[in-house]
Amino acid sequence: MEKFDKLTAVAAPLPMVNVDTDMIIPARFLKTIKRTGLSEGLFYALRHDKDGNPKDFVLDRPAYRSAQILIVGDNFGCGSSREHAPWALLDAGIRCVIGPSFADIFHNNCFKNGILPIVLPQEEIDKLMEDAERGANATLTVDLENQTIEGPDGGRITFDIDPWKKHCLLNGLDDVGQTLNKAAEIDSFENTQKARQPWLYA
Amino acid sequence: MSQPRTLFDKIWDSHVVDQQDDGTCLLYIDRHLVHEVTSPQAFEGLRMAGRKVRRPEATLAVPDHNVPTADRARGIEDEESRIQVNTLEQNCEEFGVPIFRMNDVRQGIVHIIGPEQGLTQPGMTIVCGDSHTSTHGAFGALAFGIGTSEVEHVLATQTLYQTHAKNMRITVDGPLPTGVTAKDLILAIIGKIGTAGGTGHVIEYAGQAIRDLSMEGRMTICNMSIEGGARAGLIAPDDTTIEYIKGRPYAPKGAAWEQAEAFWRSLPSDEGARYDKEVVLSADEIEPLVTWGTSPEDVLPISGAIPHPEDAPNENKATAIKRSLEYMGLTPGTRLQDVAVDKVFIGSCTNGRIEDLREVARVAEGRRVADSVYAMIVPGSGLVKEQAEAEGLDRIFREAGFDWREPGCSMCLAMNADKLNPGERCASTSNRNFEGRQGPGGRTHLMSPAMAAAAAISGHLSDVRELAC
Ligand code: SF4
Repeated sequence: MEKFDKLTAVAAPLPMVNVDTDMIIPARFLKTIKRTGLSEGLFYALRHDKDGNPKDFVLDRPAYRSAQILIVGDNFGCGSSREHAPWALLDAGIRCVIGPSFADIFHNNCFKNGILPIVLPQEEIDKLMEDAERGANATLTVDLENQTIEGPDGGRITFDIDPWKKHCLLNGLDDVGQTLNKAAEIDSFENTQKARQPWLYA
Repeated sequence: MSQPRTLFDKIWDSHVVDQQDDGTCLLYIDRHLVHEVTSPQAFEGLRMAGRKVRRPEATLAVPDHNVPTADRARGIEDEESRIQVNTLEQNCEEFGVPIFRMNDVRQGIVHIIGPEQGLTQPGMTIVCGDSHTSTHGAFGALAFGIGTSEVEHVLATQTLYQTHAKNMRITVDGPLPTGVTAKDLILAIIGKIGTAGGTGHVIEYAGQAIRDLSMEGRMTICNMSIEGGARAGLIAPDDTTIEYIKGRPYAPKGAAWEQAEAFWRSLPSDEGARYDKEVVLSADEIEPLVTWGTSPEDVLPISGAIPHPEDAPNENKATAIKRSLEYMGLTPGTRLQDVAVDKVFIGSCTNGRIEDLREVARVAEGRRVADSVYAMIVPGSGLVKEQAEAEGLDRIFREAGFDWREPGCSMCLAMNADKLNPGERCASTSNRNFEGRQGPGGRTHLMSPAMAAAAAISGHLSDVRELAC
């Protein structure tokens, strides 16, 4: 996983609430056995009309083509657990999503893919959304180490983050490798559980 | 004496392998269910790192999302779907993971077959790369959906990193009125708490209306916990739970059964256990419900009318309503019962079990699907199909003009050939009415199996209680 420390990039506004993972990437794009190339399906229905012609979606406008940050509405990423949603975002260059709240599974999935999801109070989001709507001016600097976002006017916002998730993201850690180092603890858990609940091992 | 604990706390505490300073826990996972869509990249990850599956015998795989529900003799025609299903089979072979293949009678939707086989048991931790894993919580198991990276983590280590969710209790007092089902109840709950109402929480469902439900009904409730934003849903195990599990293929047998049963009976929340959030509903206020919009919280009693955006509590909601109505092709003020449907879909992990099909048969018997409607019934598993046929339900369905199909996810998410065409309107027993969920441009109204059957027969949304069975 690519690590995340500091990112300076254009932020694109996506003010809708309850954006579900079917909207981020529709099911017909999930018939893949790879993690890459999924940006083709990203926000497909928002980006295309019935006949597949491009609509004027925010990420396709010149001012936001290089956006790496998304400012989003409440409950972003609700619905299906598909990790294809963060894969598609990543494939389109998005590394940071900032919103008032995220659905749990999507939130977790972002961290596993080097995407930083940041939760801020609605008032802060409203302001960032307004800034983002001003287009190319809305370049933000997100600093994970110091947990700050610097706005276009030099304003600075701080954010909270789970320390363990921060550590993994800053270092680009693969958790599977780390957990395998705990094999002894897992073995001992299994031995105890097997003695108490043998039917789980029948 | 120790603090009174909730069912969730008890399961959590008994699965902690390791705890970090910030409270993040490494949690042991007892059962891992796998399907073809969210697993290929996880197996690929293992292969690239030269890792193996830690406990193949605690894992079960099944193809369900992509499988055709028409005649399977020809295999899978769509190339990408076929590759995904074949990849699952190859991965299972390579890593020694048990699998129910497409033509195995035990094949079906992953959340239907776990309980059906007795693999789902109280007190377990159960995960699957699928958000509706919450279904298994009906047995008093902590069951939740995970992403593909986590699937890989569980395959390799049989554990997951998790932070402790908060406890929420939803109590539904009193018995459900006649003609009102588990699906109406969960839609009422989501309508009340909203799609983010459970975020960060595990919901325990309690109260008489919940206790009175069969296991099938309880699964319908827990299934849609995710539509309320919760990490998982739970119902305490009781006689109903234990009766259901007894004798199933993977249930404990003999002396192990006695031991397991005693353990299961110790799981319900202790008297005085504390919840971070409590919601109480009264069952007698619940009517048969349908959704009108593109979020599962957009519910109304069937006697209602399409809402006006101006009546929304805030501007965000008004914009959302306007967008939904435009997508759904509906005008404010229209009576729900005047909304005509083109298709009816009965099935999915929410309502694809035998009891759901019996409910449909009760409404369909001796009646005909309206000429303007195409109605399909997709059983949740091969065994549900077999059971329905043994009871003669398939004959009732066929005589009434329903299309009786092979098991799978089907038009719940439209990954296989079963989908809505743009602009088509569907009465569906599934769990999501998101834009495009049942096919690009398709319009979904969620409801119970009985209500979907009533819509099939009358050709429009209608109150099953007025069809007088
Ligand atoms: S039936 Fe629908 S909700 Fe259930 S697992 Fe299949 S696609 Fe998901």
